[in-house]
Amino acid sequence: MKLAKTLMASVVIATGLGGVALAQDDTVTIGVSVPAATHGWTGGVNYFAQQAINRLGETYPNVEFVFASSPDSPKQIADIEDMVSTRGIDALVILPGDPDAMTSAIKQVKDAGKFVTVVDRQLSIDGVENLYVAGDNPGLGANAAEYIKERLPDGGNVVILRGLPIPIDQQRFDGFMGSIEGSNIMVLENQFANWNRDDGFRVMQDFLTRFPEIDAVWTQDDDISLGAIEAIKQAGREDEMFVVGGAGMQQIIQAVANGDALTPVDVSYSPAMIATAIELTTSHFTGGIQVAGRYILDSTLITQDNAEQFLDADSPF
Amino acid sequence: MSVSAPEIPAKARTGFKWDLKTVGPLAALALLVLLGITLNENFLTYNNITNVLARSSFIGIIAIGATFVITSGGLDLSVGSMAAVIAGVMIMVMNWLIPTFGIGWGVILAGMAAGILLGGVAGVGNGLMITRGRIEAFIVTLGTMGIFRSLVTFLADGGTLSLNFQVADVYRPVYYNGFLGIPYPILVFALVAIIGELVMRRTAFGRHCAAIGSNEQVARYSSINVDNVRLITYILQGILVAVAVLLYVPRLGSASSTTGVLWELEAIAAVIIGGTTLKGGYGRVWGTVVGVIILGLIGNILNLQSFISPYLNGAFQGVIIILAVLLQRPKRPS
Repeated sequence: MKLAKTLMASVVIATGLGGVALAQDDTVTIGVSVPAATHGWTGGVNYFAQQAINRLGETYPNVEFVFASSPDSPKQIADIEDMVSTRGIDALVILPGDPDAMTSAIKQVKDAGKFVTVVDRQLSIDGVENLYVAGDNPGLGANAAEYIKERLPDGGNVVILRGLPIPIDQQRFDGFMGSIEGSNIMVLENQFANWNRDDGFRVMQDFLTRFPEIDAVWTQDDDISLGAIEAIKQAGREDEMFVVGGAGMQQIIQAVANGDALTPVDVSYSPAMIATAIELTTSHFTGGIQVAGRYILDSTLITQDNAEQFLDADSPF
Repeated sequence: MSVSAPEIPAKARTGFKWDLKTVGPLAALALLVLLGITLNENFLTYNNITNVLARSSFIGIIAIGATFVITSGGLDLSVGSMAAVIAGVMIMVMNWLIPTFGIGWGVILAGMAAGILLGGVAGVGNGLMITRGRIEAFIVTLGTMGIFRSLVTFLADGGTLSLNFQVADVYRPVYYNGFLGIPYPILVFALVAIIGELVMRRTAFGRHCAAIGSNEQVARYSSINVDNVRLITYILQGILVAVAVLLYVPRLGSASSTTGVLWELEAIAAVIIGGTTLKGGYGRVWGTVVGVIILGLIGNILNLQSFISPYLNGAFQGVIIILAVLLQRPKRPS
């Protein structure tokens, strides 16, 4: 009885392995690893990643995807190790939650001979990834600054609600400050609002208490904008200033499209960049196209004229 | 073991003796107010004070519940995630009921009832696992913290749940308006605080909480139903989280996975600053109120000045928290 069971198990395992071995001959497996949906933007990343995987999975039956969404770096490292050791991936598309913590783990994937695509966040060592896909962070700040300069040619007072103290935030901030330099625009103060609506509300309330004259608010993120907008409305000062956010949340783009005076523009930094990265990586295997290199998506200024093309009713962000 | 138990009720009765332990949080609050006045002339304006108090009221109401939980020797780490999931479900219920009830207070009251019910059920769940399941409160609520947080992310599809615009318009005044110029959130916070203080000081339930937190075995021998008192503290906590959410939802009209992040730590910090012992056995609700206001003012003052780099905000907050507790530490046993 016991022998029979063992034999049966062996047969099952052997068949299974054979299946994998056969499949590996003509199948390409691509691992996709993203941070868990902890705020609106990463929620968008998860949505666009799933969408791209479904679409490409249908188009290319011989491409298989392994998707993982991880709440923190240790879990993300474990996920990509599993992808290499048990799922035998040929390529990895990764948006590292914390690039510094993830760098050596990603380098190991590369050293194991896999094609590596890094999205959005730069690793701490250069030359690990084959392909780098990202939005233009300094551009996000610079474009917001250019618009504010254009709207306030005679100068004016600006307050800044920043994200979290991480490199992306610094790049955006430096981009903004670099562009403002030499103009009559005066930055009254900057504070962290942690890419969070509640914090946006709180920090903006205090700025409104502190500064009697504010002409423009730069929040660098639309989640923060929504909190700041409520605070401005509560203080009844919506006619005195306008808010420039970033990232392209649907609710804000809709307001821009409707010609809302408080949010006249937005700057794109779309979570859809993950889909771009997955598409490019897939075409490396399916089309024999060279895709290695750097692919930087523009941080476009979204105005009432072009808002239509950024609207997507299904997007959660 | 038996030494500490009789000592505690005695301490509670001599609450108005002006020792450093009682004055500590008040002194820290006074120092902060002085600092605020020197740093910014708008600090004491009506608008600034009501802003700070109104937005602290969520944490305040939750922290009053936490005072009872912690006094009875428990801990609830799930309150922030619970608030997020209650806010999310309330919004979904209200949006879902619009076709039936139409736009108006009917929908909002139904949403509020759903919120309170959910808070109570979440409290029963936490409480039963801790008392009947005999699992550490830390572990149970660490688990439910993760569960609630994932649930809200799942319900919102990783994005944001937004209340129907017209309903939000009807509901908005609950946060932004007030009675006799005092915003409703502050009034509700004050009411909850007064009732909480009375319950803690003047009722058998309040004394039982302190007795259990001080020495569970002795409490059991004094024929206190330890499990039921504990269970009630968690239900109370759940319902108070829901009350806070009733005031939170009309502010931004939305819930997402960032709603209520780290509220559990803020609530616990407020309770401890207020003089309640983390080990349990002694709690004071008025202290918690002072603790909440201290935390609210720290954030406010940091935003009202530009000397401290925004990178150091966390450090500054930490220093104030430690100072407030240092001012009220018990005298060295001689």
